[in-house]
Order: sequence, then structure tokens, then C-alpha cells
Amino acid sequence: MPNVIYRDGSIRQDNWILVARPAEGESLDIPHQPALIPADLWLAGYEHFTGRDDIGVWFDSHDEPEILGGKVNELPVIAVNFPKFSDGRGYSIARLLRERFGFANELRAVGDVLLDQLQFMKRCGFDTYALRPDKDINKAARCLNFFSQGYQAATDTHVPLFRRRAS
Amino acid sequence: MYVYDDHDRQIAAERVAQFRDQTERALTGELAEEEFLPLRLQNGLYVQRLAPMLRIAVPYGMMRAEQLRRLARITRDYDKGYAHFTTRQNVQLNWPALEDVPDILAELAEVEMHANQTSGNCIRNTTTDQFSGAQSDEIADPRPYCEIIRQWSTFHPEFAFLPRKFKVAVNASEKTDRAAIQVHDIGLQLVRDESGALGFRVHVGGGLGRTPMVGPVIREFLPELDLLTYLEAVLRVYNRYGRRDNKFKARIKILVKALTPEGFAEKVEAEWAHIKDSPTRLTPEAIQRIQAYFTEPDYALLDNATELLAEQRFENRAFDQWLTHNVDTHKKPGYAIVTLTMKKTGTPPGDVTDRQLEHIADLADEFSFGEIRVTHQQNVVLADVRQDRLLELWQTIVPIGFGTANLNTLTDVICCPGGDYCALANAKSIPVAEAIQRRFDNLDYLYDLGDIDLNISGCMNACGHHHVGNIGVLGVDKKGEEFYQISLGGSSHHDASIGKILGPSFAREDMPDVVAKIIDVYVDKRTGEETFLDTYRRVGIVPFKERVYA
Ligand code: HEM
Ligand code: SF4
Repeated sequence: MPNVIYRDGSIRQDNWILVARPAEGESLDIPHQPALIPADLWLAGYEHFTGRDDIGVWFDSHDEPEILGGKVNELPVIAVNFPKFSDGRGYSIARLLRERFGFANELRAVGDVLLDQLQFMKRCGFDTYALRPDKDINKAARCLNFFSQGYQAATDTHVPLFRRRAS
Repeated sequence: MYVYDDHDRQIAAERVAQFRDQTERALTGELAEEEFLPLRLQNGLYVQRLAPMLRIAVPYGMMRAEQLRRLARITRDYDKGYAHFTTRQNVQLNWPALEDVPDILAELAEVEMHANQTSGNCIRNTTTDQFSGAQSDEIADPRPYCEIIRQWSTFHPEFAFLPRKFKVAVNASEKTDRAAIQVHDIGLQLVRDESGALGFRVHVGGGLGRTPMVGPVIREFLPELDLLTYLEAVLRVYNRYGRRDNKFKARIKILVKALTPEGFAEKVEAEWAHIKDSPTRLTPEAIQRIQAYFTEPDYALLDNATELLAEQRFENRAFDQWLTHNVDTHKKPGYAIVTLTMKKTGTPPGDVTDRQLEHIADLADEFSFGEIRVTHQQNVVLADVRQDRLLELWQTIVPIGFGTANLNTLTDVICCPGGDYCALANAKSIPVAEAIQRRFDNLDYLYDLGDIDLNISGCMNACGHHHVGNIGVLGVDKKGEEFYQISLGGSSHHDASIGKILGPSFAREDMPDVVAKIIDVYVDKRTGEETFLDTYRRVGIVPFKERVYA
């Protein structure tokens, strides 16, 4: 995961590693660098992982972020996987993490992350994006900002346009 | 009607710039075909049998004259000089070139139009009753709520990649439903509670297509201020739990059925409890602000022109018939609602030429405060016509082909483009509509038959709403040959129901005869004032089967 885009469009080096879910019967193999592990496994090994700032978690698109409950802010990074860019469940997961559970640390989009979805991701609360490597990372900043505003309230604007218009 | 402010204009311009950029990347191959697909669909662009097809949004079916004129110009400059009104109150162009679409969208934006979310797995254009605001039997004008939903759903960041397309419709009349809300993913019926407060009865999980369903009520009363937060809760539950493994099972109706309406409603309520009081909750000011765009036009103070009309009717039988069938009462004395039926035999239902679009614009300017509405039966409405000018209007429209006095009769067919244009079709549908129209060309006989909905689709996708036709016709493919299956007893109104299949399908040339036999059974069995649907519901399908397959 060498380059990651930040919500302001900047591009940075990054060394978080996404650890895949181990196969049946195999155990979790954590590398010697910051690692994102499946959220349910983090919970299962809670005593072991808690307090470590080099361990974050990831959710797949069908996972329920509810399992973390109030523990979200114990994590430095939460990633949400987009197995396919057209699978929109990750947007709901992001809003729930931000708005329902108050997650305040880094929220990252991983997987089939394409340019034209970046602004939706930003609005739903993602603040870093691991763009699919074949995409032109230099276009990210523009794609993050195609729209200067949105109609709805989301994590980036808590005030929907109808309230802004009224004031 | 709604007028853009600076915010809307800016968002519209940014959308055009974005799509231009996306199209360029698609043309250079930087965006893969499958990556461009949802982006172009969300801008209304299909790739079809003969050429791309562009579906232009007409929010809740309303247009101004200048918009019609611009559409006319676009069909001339970028297409073959005609367009098509659809069952979703939209307009389709059949032959634009892909490279031109960004320019077309830019032209549309100049007159406050767009093609946003007219296709793809997102929240589609919200539809409503074409008589909104002009009828006396509505609980409240539904259009402001449609506009509120339009804004909320436009580029909603959470719901642009749903399991499947998503359609919302709003109805406001207690007596009738001209928006077919019970066959939408969400159907909203405006209601008042015991205290007189305004709100919605919420249906979820209706729809046509492969698994047609009438949407059950999941909430009897939703206060109006809660509209958007509740919609957000429904959509979130659907986005998270709707099936994504199988395209045909991905619609919300399948989820509602799997969870049961009660189970689904519980999930929505649980979700809603968290966001009910979020900033997305509407405010009375926000609603009033939008309502202010839908105030009454500058009506003259008039009396009903009863005597004049009686006299004119007496002198002109054709005008009399048109008045009876295509003209409705209006909430204001001295005014009437006129429907121009785009159902002249020989013209595919809903088709309009560039010249006709301009004619309609002129009619709107001359007779109806510059506005029109498109109906889901593929007709056009002039909602505010002075009664004392009806004769003049009628004399103007007859020569240009809009005076067909057959509204709601058997020949006011709803018909999808079918095999003539659509790559998905199993069979042609336009020639079937035409053959039936030719067979039933005797107006007196048609009027005697009363209201009958005849709906034709060229395949199971049901763009022609065949499931909810009193008589539904579906194109089917049997070993490469085109056949037609009939269903009876469907309805899209307050008594919504899905038609029942009559039996084995028929060859195209048999269709007029088959419909004639069905009609004969009705004529034999009906009592008094019974409509076709009443009779069908009383006698059941058997007598029809016996006659048709005898
Ligand atoms: C020629 C290009 C068209 C194509 C390729 C097309 C494609 C489709 C498809 C694939 C569906 C099925 C969606 C599903 O299963 O849920 C559908 C549904 C629908 N289409 Fe079309 N369509 C076309 C034109 C039209 C036109 C001209 C109309 C209006 C006259 C229309 C109105 C509808 C409606 C109302 C439905 C929804 C049925 C439901 O509630 O499930 N479409 N269309
Ligand atoms: S019903 Fe089928 S044939 Fe007709 S327009 Fe829709 S997809 Fe095409």
C-alpha cells in the first residue's frame, strides 16, 4: 500500500498492510508493520490487541460495523473494503461509523477504489483512499472536488442545503 | 413550478463538467467499459440496439414552454427530430451520438433540465399525479414534496450504488391514484391524521418486472417533517441488506418479502430512531420555501362557462366527445384540465416530433400559463385552461394530431418501444398497439366500453406496465419467434392488483381478435355501470379463458 490519497487531495506514502482473513483452520499472521485485520478477529483477540497503535481493523462490505459498538475510537484506523466499486454498502458503513459510533480517527477506503467514486466516499466520511493501482493518482484531487457542494447532509456537511438556504 | 437558484445552477454545471470529463476518459479507454457504465447510466445514457439512448429527466412530469422548445431543438440538432414520452414521465431520445451527450447535457442545463439518475442503480426521478395542484380532491399539492425528494436524492453520496434502481412516487388524491404508487419501490400517499396534520402513508416494495408486487404499507402515518429522514432509513436498510448476489432478486420488494413487511418496518424504525432528529429533518420553513414555487398561476376570476360549453357541445359532436373524455374538472371555477392524447393511430404511443414539441410549447404559452405535464400514460396535460377557450384549443390541436378523444379508453394504450428500438425486447410492441387501435376505431363503441387500461410491454422488464393493465400484453420469445401473453385484471390505482395470466400466448396477427373476444365477454357479462375491471373481478378469469381458447 505505497501511496494513499488524503481527503484534501494530497498523496502520501503509507505502510499500513491489509491482512486478509485467514483461511479455515489457519491463524492470523500479523506482519511487523502497521496492520489492518478483520474487525471480528480484532474483537476476538481484544485483550491482545487493545492499546496498540499499529493495529487497525477492516470491514468487508457485508460486515456489520455494529459489532464494534463503542470501541471504535480505540482503533487508529478503520478500513472498509469495496470488493467491487459498484457495491455501495461501504458508504453506509462509513456513515454509521462516523455518525452513529462517533469514530474520529482515520477511515480508509480500500479495494476497488476508483476515481469517480472518491467524492461520494469523502462525503460519507472516508478520509484516506487506497486507489486501485492502475488508476491515475494525479487526477484524484480533481475528482474529489467535482462538486463544490451537495444537497444532503452527510459527514462532511452536517447542514443540508435546505437549511443553509433558509438561513 | 420550481426554478433553480444559484446553488442548483452551480451543481448542474458541475455535473455537466464532470460527465464531460468522464466521457473523455471513456473515449480514450482510461475508463473501462464496465467502469463507465454506471456513470453514463446515472447521466441517462443507455447503449441500445441502434444507437445510444438518452433518457432526460422531467421531475414529476412538469415542463415549461422554453424547455419543450429546447428539447425540440436538441432532437433536431443531435437526433432524428423526434422524442418519446415515457411511463416514468421522462423524455427519451433514441439516436444521440455518445460524443455529443455532454453537449446535450450542457444545453439542457441552460434551461434547468438534466438527465441525472434517470437510469442506473440509484434513486430515480420521483413521479406524481399529472393533475397535481389543479384538482380539488388532493390532500395537498404533492409537487413540493417531489422537489424536496429530488434535491435530497440528487447525488446522494450514500445511495448512488444501490443493489438496484430505486423509484419513488407520490400521490395526493384520496379518490384516485394517477401515479401508480403501489407499484413503486416507495409509494407515498399524502394523508392527514385525526388532528389534521399532514403526513404520508408509506408503501414499500411494490414493483413490476420479473416479480411483480403491490407494495404493502409499512407505516400508516409519517409526519411530513420526517419525510427525508425516514426515506434515508428505508434506503439505508435496503442498501445494506438488499441482495446483491442476483440481479433479479436485488429489488427492495424481495427484501421486504423475505423479512415480511412487519420485519422490514421494524428494521426501518430501528434505523430511523437514530437519525429522526438529525439535521436532515425537514423544517416548516424549508417546506414553505419549496411550496412557494408551486403557487397558483395567475388565474382570472371566472364563472364556470356551463352555458357556453353546452351550446358548443350541442353544435359540435366531436368537440362534445373530446370534452367528455379528455377534459377534467378543475379546482378553479371557469378552468379545466386538458389531456392531449399522444395516441393517434399510426404513431407509436408517446412519440413526438420536434415540430410537435414546439406546438405543445405554443399551446402551453397560449392556453396554460406556459406549463405542461407529461403523464405516465405517455400523454401531455395542459392543466389550467379557461373553459371559454376550450373550443379554440380543440380546433388548434385536432389538425396537429393531439385531439384524439380517447383518454382512458382501450386505444389509449401504454406501450414500451419494444423490439423496434429496445435491445432487450422479446417482441415488438408498437405494431401490436397499432393493430388493436385499428381494430377498435369506432369511437362510439370505445366510449360504450368505458375506461379500460391496455398496457403492452415487449419483455418481462415491464416498461409498458403490462402487469397492471386491466388487459396486459407481454411479448415473449418462443424459439426465436415473437408471441404475446395476455393477463387480465391488473390495476395501478388505489385498488392496485397484478393481472392474472390468461393462458398460452398468441401470434401477433391474432392479437386484435383475442382482445375483441375478451371485450365481447365483458360486454356480455357486465351489468349496469360496471367497468371492465369490475366485471372481471366479479366473474373471474374463466369465462374469458373459455371464449378466447374456444
Ligand atoms: C429502449 C430502451 C429501454 C431499455 C433498455 C429499458 C430497460 C429496462 C429494464 C432493464 C427494466 C427492468 C428493471 C427491473 O427489472 O427492475 C426496465 C424497467 C422499466 N422501464 Fe424501461 N427500458 C427502456 C425504455 C423504457 C421506456 C421507453 C419506458 C417508458 C415508456 C420505460 C419504463 C420503464 C418502467 C416504468 C420500468 C419499471 C418497471 C418496474 O416497476 O419494475 N422504459 N426498463
Ligand atoms: S419492456 Fe422490455 S422491450 Fe419494452 S422497453 Fe422495457 S426492456 Fe425494452
